[in-house]
Amino acid sequence: MSASTDTVVPTKSRRSTTLRQNLTGWAFVAPFGIIFLALLVLPIGYAFYLSLFQKSLIGGTRFVLFGNYAKAFSDPSFLDGVWFVIRFSIVLIPLQMAVSLAIALILDIVVTRFARFSRLMIFMPYAIPTVIGALMWGFLYSDNFGPLAEIFESFGRQAPDFLSSSLIFYGLLNIVTWQWAGYYMIILYAALQGIDPTLYEAARIDGASQWQIVLRIKIPLLAPALVLILVFALIGTLQFFNEPKILQKLAAGAIPNDFTPNMYAYQQAFSLANYNYGSAISFALGAVVFVCVFIFLFATRKRGSFFE
Amino acid sequence: MSVTPVQTTDAPRKPRSIVERRRSSTRPRSRVTLNIVLALLMIYFLVPFWWLIVNSSKSSAGLFGGGSSLWFADDINYLSNLVDLFTYGGGIYARWLANSALYAIAGGVGATVLAVLAGWGFAKYRFVGRRFSFAILLGSVMVPMTALVIPTFVLFAQAGLTNTIWAVIIPTLLNPFGVYLMCVYARDAVPDELLDAARVDGAGEFRSFFVVALPLLRPAIVTVLLLSVVAAWNNYFLPLVMLSNNQLYPVTVGIGLWQSTAATYGAAGGQSLWSIIVLGSLVSVIPLIIAFLTLQKYWRGGLAIGSLK
Repeated sequence: MSASTDTVVPTKSRRSTTLRQNLTGWAFVAPFGIIFLALLVLPIGYAFYLSLFQKSLIGGTRFVLFGNYAKAFSDPSFLDGVWFVIRFSIVLIPLQMAVSLAIALILDIVVTRFARFSRLMIFMPYAIPTVIGALMWGFLYSDNFGPLAEIFESFGRQAPDFLSSSLIFYGLLNIVTWQWAGYYMIILYAALQGIDPTLYEAARIDGASQWQIVLRIKIPLLAPALVLILVFALIGTLQFFNEPKILQKLAAGAIPNDFTPNMYAYQQAFSLANYNYGSAISFALGAVVFVCVFIFLFATRKRGSFFE
Repeated sequence: MSVTPVQTTDAPRKPRSIVERRRSSTRPRSRVTLNIVLALLMIYFLVPFWWLIVNSSKSSAGLFGGGSSLWFADDINYLSNLVDLFTYGGGIYARWLANSALYAIAGGVGATVLAVLAGWGFAKYRFVGRRFSFAILLGSVMVPMTALVIPTFVLFAQAGLTNTIWAVIIPTLLNPFGVYLMCVYARDAVPDELLDAARVDGAGEFRSFFVVALPLLRPAIVTVLLLSVVAAWNNYFLPLVMLSNNQLYPVTVGIGLWQSTAATYGAAGGQSLWSIIVLGSLVSVIPLIIAFLTLQKYWRGGLAIGSLK
């Protein structure tokens, strides 16, 4: 990889400069490129290949082309899981964005030591593994350890059971919001700090109120950051796995093995050793996520930031 | 990649002065309201930590006993719980912590080195295939990483790598978003003129990268490192799939295992396990909290890199 440095004199012809640019550029990118090919391109290709076969006790492995996909898209377990993560995203993402945006806007206005401290504390859940976060909330929700029962009893009411099948949706909603709102808030807050303050000054001279400044200047200028957050949240939520997996045992019966597509793929592959069908589900889910995000980014590209 | 219209005036950016900040804030009464809102939010975000701190001081009997779950019991059992935690199952908890540290540091540092090199290559060299590979890279940010776990497992199984530390470390090296962040940051942070000056002075490409560019890239490097280490430390799905030997588990998978054992046996058989699960959860979050608090000044600006450009 040292080809770039030897014998090339700055005044040499243009071609050797281009060659040097090429070789050095590739030399820098190559180590990551190898990992990228081996751990991203190859597994995706392999998942697709595996998904084209079916294994049965009689007759062994046979080629079924898109048979597994036909099966998945008529399999109620898979479809219900997909429907759940979509419903969950539709509620979660606006909620999360509203919470993080509100906190970021408050912190942009209130400049005190207390505000700085609370910024750090609100961010803290990001440093917690999702497994531990789910476990902590599982404790708080539970009858045995949690404060909910105590608090509601003192009002003479029965505590809501967020681990029951009717409320688990909200239980999970709360956990995920708690875990990520602080991280998104930091991204938005940093973007707010990057806005030129003379804009506010000019608006104020024109008679704009604090609210108008927030709605007409701050939020529109946060659009790229909001798009970025939305994409992160969408990718994360559609592949939901850790939190429901951890709460599964605590929430007896409320979370079946096919609760989310990822849990279903895990069950198929590792409990039932059906790698072909598991791969098909993984690949289908990956494709759904990719297409959703791509369409979204393409639709918002003018205000967004990811594309030219 | 475009520069977003953050600046709509041509006026040069000036730092906000204290006077300006004072003026930009609201009237005193609404400021009190906002501070109260912040305080309430902080309580919400801190309640789970408080629960963990309080309840890891309790014995198993105290956990299930009638006392308040948000306040300490009469006897504080931190020490005996700590002893239980680190001796249970032949001291396997310490082993899990060490494994987590190994996976997070080896995987996180490796991913960062690769991302810094590749980001620099994309930012500063016009090589053949650059636009195409960068487009692929951006596309790959949208691929959900969990979709890769099952095929990677099957591939690793064929190579005999499953149930080894490599099965967790090697996939962690892949961090396309880190490359993207480094590239965006490097493009603006290191002026081309500076590199040309280094070249004229006779520095080779790699020398000028190490001597001139690296120091300027430090905020982005720390951010990518922190993000990679956190992702690796917090990872659950990958090690859960790859490892079956509990001596190799990271702490997330280990505590998950304890928790499902305790829940399966119910309050009766699993009671003694619950107190060490609670303390084990607390201990496992301390390293990252310390890392975030001490490295504050680096990540605070760095986390915004992707969203400003």
